[in-house]
Amino acid sequence: MRPEDWRSLGLKDEEYQMITEILGREPNYVELSMYSVMWSEHCSYKNSKEVLRTFPTKGDRVLQGPGENAGIIDIGDGLAVCFKIESHNHPSAIEPYQGAATGVGGIIRDIFTMGARPIASLNSLRLGTLDDPQVRYIFKGVVSGIAGYGNAIGVPTVGGEVYFDSSYQGNPLVNAMCVGLLEVEKIKLGRATGKGNLVILAGARTGRDGIHGVTFASEELSEAAEEKSPEVQAGDPFTEKLLLEACLELINNDDIVGIQDLGGAGLTCATSEMASRGGTGMEIELDLVPCREEGMAAYEIMISESQERMLLVVTPEKEKKVHDTFKRWGLISTTIGHVTDDGILRIRQGGKVVAEVPARSLAEDAPVYCPAYQEPTYLKTSAALDLQTLPDVQDANQVLLKLVSSPNIASKEWIWQQYDYMARTSTVVAPGADAAVLRIRGTKKAIALSTDCNSRYVFLDPYNGGKIAVAEAARNVVCSGGETLAITNCLNFGSPEKPEIFWQFRETVRGMSEACSAFNTPVTGGNVSFYNETDGEAIYPTPVVGMVGLLEDVERHCTSAFKAAGDVVVLLGDTFDELGGSEYLALIHDKVQGQPPAIDLEKEKALHKTVLAAIKQGLINSAHDLSEGGLAVALAECCFTNEIGAEIFLSKQGLRLDSLLFGETQSRVLVSVAADKLNLLLELAAQNLVPAYEIGQTGGAKLQITVDGSLQINLPVLELKKAWREAIPCALK
Amino acid sequence: MLIAQIKVLLKESVLDPQGQAVEKALGTLGYNNIEKVRVGKYLEIMLAENNREAANKQVREMCERLLINAVIEDYTFTLVEV
Amino acid sequence: MKFGVVVFPGSNGDIDAYHFIKDVLAQPVDHIWHQEESVAGYDCLILPGGSSYGDYLRCGAIARFSPVMKAVKDFALRGGLVVGIGNGFQILVEAGLLPGALYRNANLQFRCRFTYLKVENYHTPFTVAIEHGRLLKIPIAHGEGNYYVDEDTLQRLKAKGQIIFRYADEQGEITAAANPDGSVFNIAGVCNENKNVLGMMPHPERAGEIILGSDDGKMIFDSLFKHWEGSRL
Repeated sequence: MRPEDWRSLGLKDEEYQMITEILGREPNYVELSMYSVMWSEHCSYKNSKEVLRTFPTKGDRVLQGPGENAGIIDIGDGLAVCFKIESHNHPSAIEPYQGAATGVGGIIRDIFTMGARPIASLNSLRLGTLDDPQVRYIFKGVVSGIAGYGNAIGVPTVGGEVYFDSSYQGNPLVNAMCVGLLEVEKIKLGRATGKGNLVILAGARTGRDGIHGVTFASEELSEAAEEKSPEVQAGDPFTEKLLLEACLELINNDDIVGIQDLGGAGLTCATSEMASRGGTGMEIELDLVPCREEGMAAYEIMISESQERMLLVVTPEKEKKVHDTFKRWGLISTTIGHVTDDGILRIRQGGKVVAEVPARSLAEDAPVYCPAYQEPTYLKTSAALDLQTLPDVQDANQVLLKLVSSPNIASKEWIWQQYDYMARTSTVVAPGADAAVLRIRGTKKAIALSTDCNSRYVFLDPYNGGKIAVAEAARNVVCSGGETLAITNCLNFGSPEKPEIFWQFRETVRGMSEACSAFNTPVTGGNVSFYNETDGEAIYPTPVVGMVGLLEDVERHCTSAFKAAGDVVVLLGDTFDELGGSEYLALIHDKVQGQPPAIDLEKEKALHKTVLAAIKQGLINSAHDLSEGGLAVALAECCFTNEIGAEIFLSKQGLRLDSLLFGETQSRVLVSVAADKLNLLLELAAQNLVPAYEIGQTGGAKLQITVDGSLQINLPVLELKKAWREAIPCALK
Repeated sequence: MLIAQIKVLLKESVLDPQGQAVEKALGTLGYNNIEKVRVGKYLEIMLAENNREAANKQVREMCERLLINAVIEDYTFTLVEV
Repeated sequence: MKFGVVVFPGSNGDIDAYHFIKDVLAQPVDHIWHQEESVAGYDCLILPGGSSYGDYLRCGAIARFSPVMKAVKDFALRGGLVVGIGNGFQILVEAGLLPGALYRNANLQFRCRFTYLKVENYHTPFTVAIEHGRLLKIPIAHGEGNYYVDEDTLQRLKAKGQIIFRYADEQGEITAAANPDGSVFNIAGVCNENKNVLGMMPHPERAGEIILGSDDGKMIFDSLFKHWEGSRL
């Protein structure tokens, strides 16, 4: 082997040295390829592992934490929810439709691999600004890719989020989350146990697509990346649907020992991980693998990322039944090897052993790095925001209209009307809400799902921004009536080899961990996506949080829309002069600067407790979390669905007008309450030490906000709604 | 062996939304001499058959039974020897 | 009244239809696998939504050749009640049991949203229990629901009362804006000349419970019950 051989596969010189020590000899090219994909950041988390260990991962409800294909939490009644979020950023940048589609397909496979039936998808997108035709092309492609896969397979896409910022111009983020439901006793793990048990490969044939895909995912995007396009895989939702039904049938009938999907690093990853987890080895005969093309080399078969394939371990007695089941579903399945007890992954082709390595060394023994970290220099200047020099708002009507037309705040209907969000007839709260709510058939329960991350905050203050990402996801779940249970996360960052980026990463995880501990929402798994850079410029650090909550009674769910005229509008939580990192500051003053709003986790918890109790007791008619655009935008959003206006009276009490109307102070929720229940709500808030302000009344066709006697906002709801609804479709014309 | 190269297009009388979208996009790119765009499907079928007449008959039959929907689509095909 | 829900490998509306009939309407219902060759014993067959065989060629094009479809065809030709929903509608037109064709939405995008349906003919097994003038709020979820018939066929459908549902706005006006997919004459559902086979793109099984946004879908099944009870007398 020459240095360029391993270097071109992304292996460092010292990593090559480690491989020769493990093997006691030089690896051949097949083995080198296998190590290169398994030891890539994407598969081994070699740079992030040490930091990820600091996440809280345990809890009463956690049935499966990180380390398997997806996390699982107990929701009572013998049922459990399985969920995970994963990135498909680089493939989506190159081929938006297929990149996004296979991202959805991959995460759905992770869920049914665990024995769960996928019941919902969410996605979190970050794109450049829509004035760039390339961004519009990517945006349209990604949305139709998600729709194309999810709609065809019949898993409803029920929620998500999208932000547009020039930080993502050349490096969009596509994070897909899937949620499944299963009976607690039916959990299946990706383990190969029992010497002599058979290894079966099922699903699509293996082609040359996605060769070295994980290495690609662990590199920066550049001009040269355009040439790497052939590595993007194509998805086939129909085959995946068949695979899903066949695998769930086998799992339900207890016909298999272990199962794992083939995703990143393909057959190498599935065989080595299953053997490693089971403390066993495997012998695989590549001549038996059904290939799409003739003459595929051993290394190609071993690292191909062809989609819609599963690896199963079964006892010899069940072999025929398993093949029969796949056949009934119209799928190919082939016995390609067997489990051994020597811990070695032995690959044969053409009667010869072409690779022979300890399975564990691929799956577990990747080097662990503790990259250097250093506080970024930009933080010294970005924190400075002199409010004295910033002119306060003159025409609040115009500012509000501008904010509701900002693609970051505007209606995302253009996106979600392309998603079949109603399939499985369980979607009780549809996309466009703070959180999606899905009923659990056969019980009174429902789950609430939300994905969140304000990356501008994380950029300006990774520690607090990380906390806020978790807090906001929790607040959204709470506003829909759900008790927060657990999170999955997708940590999208630049190159970990840059000390400033790794500092962002560490601080973000520290903030998220604290918030997760405070809310008792353990991390059950997720994904790290590094190297999100274009030409050396990193994206904003974007730790997307996927939160799962539980409603004991689906009837007691809540939405943000005002329900009736004459209700009292109450603001829970205090407001401060906090404009740093706000959408207002970016949009109106063209600044991404200042300290993001402070977050006090104890105050946040008290707020959650109050809102949840108010919803459970049936006190309030609506609840809406305050986020981008602050109070004025939140009020406008509450007016839209039922076209009910509001008359609001505020007092500055020493605050700037823009802070009061558009500032993004945390731990605030806007609720509407029938007049006769107002006192009960105020008492409840007082008991929890949550400030509650009666700020006005719903009704009429206008949103009117009077501040200290002067009418600052006076706009017809329909005019605001039109601006809000048409902003994204207009930007795409 | 013969390869049947089959082109399927929507009938002239049926609105072709994809064709219109492509036409508009080409206009946006500054091609202002585009008269009309139609978007269709192309299928290639390899036949273990050397008799052109038999192949002709079979391809027509396959088109009419499965490959096209005569309510909205028209097709043409050519047979190429390999 | 006994229902059979036909299951193709790529069906996904089958579970929704099954749940709706069993749990909401409290009627006996079975799944019928696409390899079955008989549909004996059922009073009404449902062809559900989804993507029957992947639908890569054309929606419903391959499904019509499945063993069960021969039985469905015989059942329909003998006067049996058949309802095709979404992909099921596509299969019925491909199988020639209903007139016309369904192709790509004119806006080239998948659409999932509630629509308002105006009933055009109340004298069918599918509409006989619907209050006259009542709009039905029922969701669509399709990418290829653009219904096409040529002008002559359209006139014939009108004359014979085969147009069952048309897309309207919330006030019941038939407008271009209310047409979600470009369908000719805002057609959302049609039946055969004999009025025993209905195809519709909107999903009545998804509008079965208020908690899901509407229960207007039940009216179509109430009609089936009324018709069926009447036909047994």
